[in-house]
Amino acid sequence: MELAFLVTLLAAGIRSGTAILFATIGEIFAERSGVLNLGIEGMMLMGAVSAYGVAFATGNPWLGLGVAMAVGGLMALLHGMVTISLRADQVVSGLALTFLGSGLSAVLGAPLVEVRNAPRLPVFPIPVLADLPILGPIFFNHNVIVYLGLVMAPLAWWYIHRTRPGMELRAIGEYPAAADVLGINVNRQRYAYVVFGGVMAGLGGAALSLAITPLWIEDMTAGQGWIAVGLVIFASWDPLRAALGSYLFGAIRRLPLDSQNLPFFLAYPQLGYFMNMLPYLFVILLMLISARSEMRRRIGAPAALGQPYVREERGV
Amino acid sequence: MLGKPCSLTPLLPQCTVGFDLAIPTLLLTQIMTTSSYAVEMRGITKRFPGVLANDRIDFQVRKGEIHALLGENGAGKSTLMNILSGLYRPDEGEIAIHGQVVEFHSPRDAIRHGVGMVHQHFMLTPSQSVAENVFLGAREIGFVLNPQRMAAEVRRIAEQYRLPVDPNAKIWQLSVGEQQRVEIIKILYRGAEILILDEPTAVLTPQEAENLFVTLRSMAADNKTIIFISHKLEEVLSIADRITVLRSGRVAATLSAQSVTKTELANLMVGRQVLFQLEKPPVQRGEVRLRLDRVCALDDKLLPALREVSLTVHSGEIVGVAGVAGNGQRELAEVICGLRPLTSGTIEVAGERMAHLTARRMIDVGVAYVPEDRNTTGSAPNLSVAENLILKSYRKTEMGAGPFLDLAAVERTATSLVKTFNILTPSIKTPVRKLSGGNLQKVILAREISGQPQVLIAASPTRGLDIGATESVRSLLLQERSQGAAILLISEDLDEIFAISDRIVVLYEGRIMGEFETADAELTEVGLLMAGGRAPSASPGT
Ligand SMILES: Nc1ncnc2c1ncn2[C@@H]1O[C@H](COP(=O)(O)OP(=O)(O)O)[C@@H](O)[C@H]1O
Ligand SMILES: [Mg+2]
Repeated sequence: MELAFLVTLLAAGIRSGTAILFATIGEIFAERSGVLNLGIEGMMLMGAVSAYGVAFATGNPWLGLGVAMAVGGLMALLHGMVTISLRADQVVSGLALTFLGSGLSAVLGAPLVEVRNAPRLPVFPIPVLADLPILGPIFFNHNVIVYLGLVMAPLAWWYIHRTRPGMELRAIGEYPAAADVLGINVNRQRYAYVVFGGVMAGLGGAALSLAITPLWIEDMTAGQGWIAVGLVIFASWDPLRAALGSYLFGAIRRLPLDSQNLPFFLAYPQLGYFMNMLPYLFVILLMLISARSEMRRRIGAPAALGQPYVREERGV
Repeated sequence: MLGKPCSLTPLLPQCTVGFDLAIPTLLLTQIMTTSSYAVEMRGITKRFPGVLANDRIDFQVRKGEIHALLGENGAGKSTLMNILSGLYRPDEGEIAIHGQVVEFHSPRDAIRHGVGMVHQHFMLTPSQSVAENVFLGAREIGFVLNPQRMAAEVRRIAEQYRLPVDPNAKIWQLSVGEQQRVEIIKILYRGAEILILDEPTAVLTPQEAENLFVTLRSMAADNKTIIFISHKLEEVLSIADRITVLRSGRVAATLSAQSVTKTELANLMVGRQVLFQLEKPPVQRGEVRLRLDRVCALDDKLLPALREVSLTVHSGEIVGVAGVAGNGQRELAEVICGLRPLTSGTIEVAGERMAHLTARRMIDVGVAYVPEDRNTTGSAPNLSVAENLILKSYRKTEMGAGPFLDLAAVERTATSLVKTFNILTPSIKTPVRKLSGGNLQKVILAREISGQPQVLIAASPTRGLDIGATESVRSLLLQERSQGAAILLISEDLDEIFAISDRIVVLYEGRIMGEFETADAELTEVGLLMAGGRAPSASPGT
């Protein structure tokens, strides 16, 4: 393969993996606190539609971004109330959230489908660095939101592993009772991280509709929320690995588009269909590998994932 | 990042700035602390659904004493101490610490008053380091972690109280004894003056327990107050200054350890005369029921766990397998129950050679299994008592036709088993996770024995149980022996092996090191084989 093609592909991969990266990092925090949220797809869709709508109505994409984050956070708050306070099943509640989000976004977004010119987030080549050969186009010539993702992943890693609140986060997802006896308010922290997860999913949705594929169409996430859930496992709940996975996924997703003009593919146009399957095959493979329970233990799943915490209940 | 030099020891007096200025408060505090009791609990009542766990309990502990809280399983010891440490809220009653009435809304409040508890199930997160566990929830360490400072502080406390542990090790890498030290360091760091230890020796080897006692005595000499929960009479008598006996949620007595005998304590605890000698009729050996011939198997990490193990168990006898934990005991039990594949060798049950070992097949030929871990392997915690009781018999026709259960029959069977085996449970519909260890063990034994097994494998059947429950489990085993079952008793408790088995084999690194008739066996000889069988002079390392 030619170098130019590879550079284009990697740059496109980083760009298109950004939305999923935000959602994955958010879900990592929620799951590390012990709450599984399968509502990412719904929250991303709501984020995407509200960001696009607000940007169109006000002419300010940043306002759209903020509203998308708030919408994601509010939806996650709902999930938190249902699963943390009312102790309902996390899987059921998360699925409900996804249905709610995809339905509602389709209805609210119907008039926006025609709109093709809502303001977008700006592209900002970083001075000097953007002119570097190879690295420049891959990393330093992007939409502003892509840089946010590039910074967010190491920051999230640092927070989880190197700060006191991060240490508490790891504890409440592994053994909430141990954190509770030391005076940590388990449920309050779980709320905070679940809402943060929603904010990040909303941000991911906004990244889609305001930067990556700047428009709104029904179901525009096309399952990316689900892929984020899979990537969390692939990443062993580690934001740096999540970045790797997200960008890899972004690149695989871009492969059919960017390789269209390679001579080999021009000869076999049917291959395009197969290539479109690749991202999903990639995730199915991930899930198969991580489904084995001993594997889960080895890759460090939070031990209390999925279980509500009640102080005077037996059997923590 | 960690702030002022004092910030890591927040509760040491010299760090409490402004204390010397507040003279009136100081005087007041002195007047109030003239109470010689560190802890006074008055009229404490706590109910759980269907259980009165604590019934108007009055409990006093003097400052600087080691006070034992003794009682059978389910007597309410842990509940009472969970209340004292702020984890549970009492329904009625009040608590005074150093004469001052307090109300704890959370463990944090209790710690602020110097009360810290080491729970029976350790409250440690296995994937985090020792230092991280010690500093969990400690806000004074600042936002960014400083691993060197944290490790140094842990090392300081560890040295001061002689509780050696590596601050950077992960919890899962530590032995149970080391984990316990981490728990103690954790509460000492928080400035605990009143330390509660819930059954601390249940998980320790005798040597580790002895080390713990030394630590506890030196802490008491340091004027710390220690509450020690236990159901073991000897250790309570040897370590405690005073003893409070709980029975069925009430205080049976509070006594000085000097003025009481073991038998008196046992009677107070159980509420009736206790037999220390079990009735054990002479052995009536029948035909060979279980035969292992050069059995080899691997452990979970795929390393050899059993090496050419050959043994036989006859009808009507109990064969005890002695050994230090982790020498192949679990694998031995699992192999016989069809839960783990053999790599070579053969197993015969009642003269029939077992070709395809599956759990179902072994159940069908009459192998019963009381596993070492009652909560996960032995029972389904969220299923009811009735459901757990029929887990092995539900396929039989009398329990219903085809895929359907005859619920009336299930209920009848369960009710009669609960009665016969004297299982204390609010109802047969209660999930078994709510039962005490002793009662859960009785559920498991009832299920296994009611199928009239040919062979019974019992792994550490009395671990963590109190006298009353231990006594009934052992007499159930002896009763089964009289019925002609072949029993393989796998236990780390040598006293238990000597008390009820007829023959003893010693397992070391997956090999049978020796075999004795119990009557001829010497404790020291068995102990030596358990450690690998070399003469003490030849192995200065062990
Ligand atoms: N969290 C709980 N929920 C329901 N029942 C409980 C709980 N904790 C204890 N119990 C019940 O209260 C009684 C006393 O238990 P516990 O205090 O654990 O006894 P001990 O520590 O003396 O063995 C038992 O019958 C037990 O089943
Ligand atoms: Mg207890």
